[in-house]
Amino acid sequence: MADRVPALKAARPGTALAALVAGGLALLVLGTLAAVAWAAEGLSGLGRWDLRAIWFTLWQATVSATLAAALAVPVARALARRAFPGRGALILLLGAPFILPVIVAIMGLIAIFGRTGLANAGLGALGLPQMSIYGWQGVILAHVFFNLPLAVRLILHGWQAIPAERFRLARSLGFAPADTARHLERPMLVEVLPGVWLAAFLVCLTSFAVALTLGGGPQATTIELAIYQAFRFDADLGRAASLGLVQVAISLAAMAMAARVTLPAGFGAGLDRPAELSGPRGWRVVADTAVIGLAAAFLIAPMVAVILPGLPALAGLPGSVWAATARSVSMALTSAALTLVMALALSLALAERPRRWIEAAGMLPLVASPLVLGTGLYLLLRDWARPESLALPVTVLINGVMALPFALRALIPAARTVQADYGRLAASLGLRGAARLRLLTLPRMARPLGFAGGLSAALAMGDLGVITLFADQRTTLPMLIWQLMGRYRIEDAAGAAVLLMAISFALFWVFDRGARLVGR
Amino acid sequence: MSEGENGLELRSLRLTQDDFSLSADLTVPKGARVAVIGPSGSGKSTLLALIEGFLRPDAGQVRWNGRDLGPLAPGDRPLSVLFQDQNLFPHLTVFQNVALGLRPDLRLNGPQRRQVETALAEVGLAGMGARRPGSLSGGQQGRVALARALLRARPMLLLDEPFSALGPALKAEMLELVARIASASGATVLMVTHDPADARGFAELTILVDGGVVHPPRPTQALLDDPPPALRAYLGAVRP
Repeated sequence: MADRVPALKAARPGTALAALVAGGLALLVLGTLAAVAWAAEGLSGLGRWDLRAIWFTLWQATVSATLAAALAVPVARALARRAFPGRGALILLLGAPFILPVIVAIMGLIAIFGRTGLANAGLGALGLPQMSIYGWQGVILAHVFFNLPLAVRLILHGWQAIPAERFRLARSLGFAPADTARHLERPMLVEVLPGVWLAAFLVCLTSFAVALTLGGGPQATTIELAIYQAFRFDADLGRAASLGLVQVAISLAAMAMAARVTLPAGFGAGLDRPAELSGPRGWRVVADTAVIGLAAAFLIAPMVAVILPGLPALAGLPGSVWAATARSVSMALTSAALTLVMALALSLALAERPRRWIEAAGMLPLVASPLVLGTGLYLLLRDWARPESLALPVTVLINGVMALPFALRALIPAARTVQADYGRLAASLGLRGAARLRLLTLPRMARPLGFAGGLSAALAMGDLGVITLFADQRTTLPMLIWQLMGRYRIEDAAGAAVLLMAISFALFWVFDRGARLVGR
Repeated sequence: MSEGENGLELRSLRLTQDDFSLSADLTVPKGARVAVIGPSGSGKSTLLALIEGFLRPDAGQVRWNGRDLGPLAPGDRPLSVLFQDQNLFPHLTVFQNVALGLRPDLRLNGPQRRQVETALAEVGLAGMGARRPGSLSGGQQGRVALARALLRARPMLLLDEPFSALGPALKAEMLELVARIASASGATVLMVTHDPADARGFAELTILVDGGVVHPPRPTQALLDDPPPALRAYLGAVRP
């Protein structure tokens, strides 16, 4: 039987576009690296301060990832085995922090855990010492806030991947909760947790906005933040370049680790019955309830703490906020369009037949840190244009590129499915080129395209990264919020944060839902 | 008939895939209806894929009326295909699925639209153009694919067990429709089947594929009445 049939080799415009995109990506990521390396005076240029930043980066990423993964296990277990009203909504909400603009979350965390926040009020009432959100503890708190929900979702996935038949068998054998944990849950966790930990570790490794707003100083500076400081305050390009190389080297090492860790799950296929939501009784019901309640509060309270003071401030927002909003929305849409075109070209070329170098090019942005890209582009373009005029286009380009790996993760499997299901039929009918794109590819891939587009639009909308390198008067909404916070215009900042949050979620929703309607 | 200029010729065709190899050297006369029969895994579908252009032979040629089809992409070959499944795009309407046979970009003019309607009526699906394949029965879906093949009007029709999921009565009905369409256009039909009754009822010639060797077509009646050992083993004790 000829089940797997290689497509006939033929140079098509689609393939040429994919090669162009892959080449462009390689040129961008490796070219900026080369530019940075060229400008660098070598690693000897790094002082004690920089070594400290490297150490802190690794340390905080390790602690944050470990905390997030460890705390996620009881939350995921509780969600996996309890049915309660609002369970679906809570699981949906767990996805929110991924597209929640960092600056909004930070405002919320400051409102709850800051000097005058609820948490310190509680500590004070108990006669305990106050805590400060600024410094390493704030960085880790924010990283746990962002990564805990992600980790819970991943682990919950693992739980739901255990066939319901296994749990039924466990019950029929009279397993106590400890036996279930030993025979079913722990083997799953052993498989899932390393991947979860690494995903969180990678996110924390390139953390910039969190360190920029909550960290700083000798105790809490990440490499990305040090690059920013070297570039913006010290105008020391050589040091920025050396730090950029270190950042890339660490990312590469972490990626190499990730490639070894992500093992396939060893559980056999079940018959896909819905999981029976009936966990153990007794004190565990109370414990699970508390765990779910705490996790939900930790997730929701900061968002509410921004929305409550922000809503009334919306009407009185200054004109600069609206101008920045319009700029940010059009930049986010351009970034998303850029991501979609690149991701579609790459995934279609990959679906036709495996091409390792195209796949590798698509994953390149994972090792490139946005600030390294920004620094490199500045070095390459500074003789051609003024940095101020570069700020917005460079930000759009980098945001479009940085969202690419997420978009590819959604599009590659979809493109492969379309090829496997309809590739032969389309070929036998001579359906190709633009007609194939219009009649087959776009309708069949509408849903993942909408998801990927929404994701990249929301991420670009909330991004507070490269723009800080160049910021001037014409800036983005997240950048403006940060500036407002710095000037203690807290009400305006809160109002603008509500606006930013609403637009980020709305962008995702519109793309995702719109595509569902189109794709049916 | 076997002058070498007429019909479908497989000239010293060889293909090797991993531990499987297929060889064919034969001629199918123009306008013939031919069953392709043999044990599963013997290479029936591979043979069709070679003719359709989804697989490239390691050696040899596929020729139609003396012309080498090698350089042609699947969609440009003088043939239409009915696959085992996935013959229709589920997101397109019945009308659009059929219209793809006329213009793959679906930009039809008035007369072409009427042609599609006529083809739908021909297969008994008049008025169903606005439906989507998901709302049709298996037999109706087969008819949609046949209506499209009718519009394409290519000189060869290749069927890879397309009706194997249908019940016996429905399958006989579909084969009758195929026969009607084929004889109206004089198309050469190759049909993969595992049911000797299909071969007897539908095809005057039968190609036996066994162990990677494609045997030249023989009259179906004679072949099935006195099967060679390999075919006898495949057919088993149940003699039709």
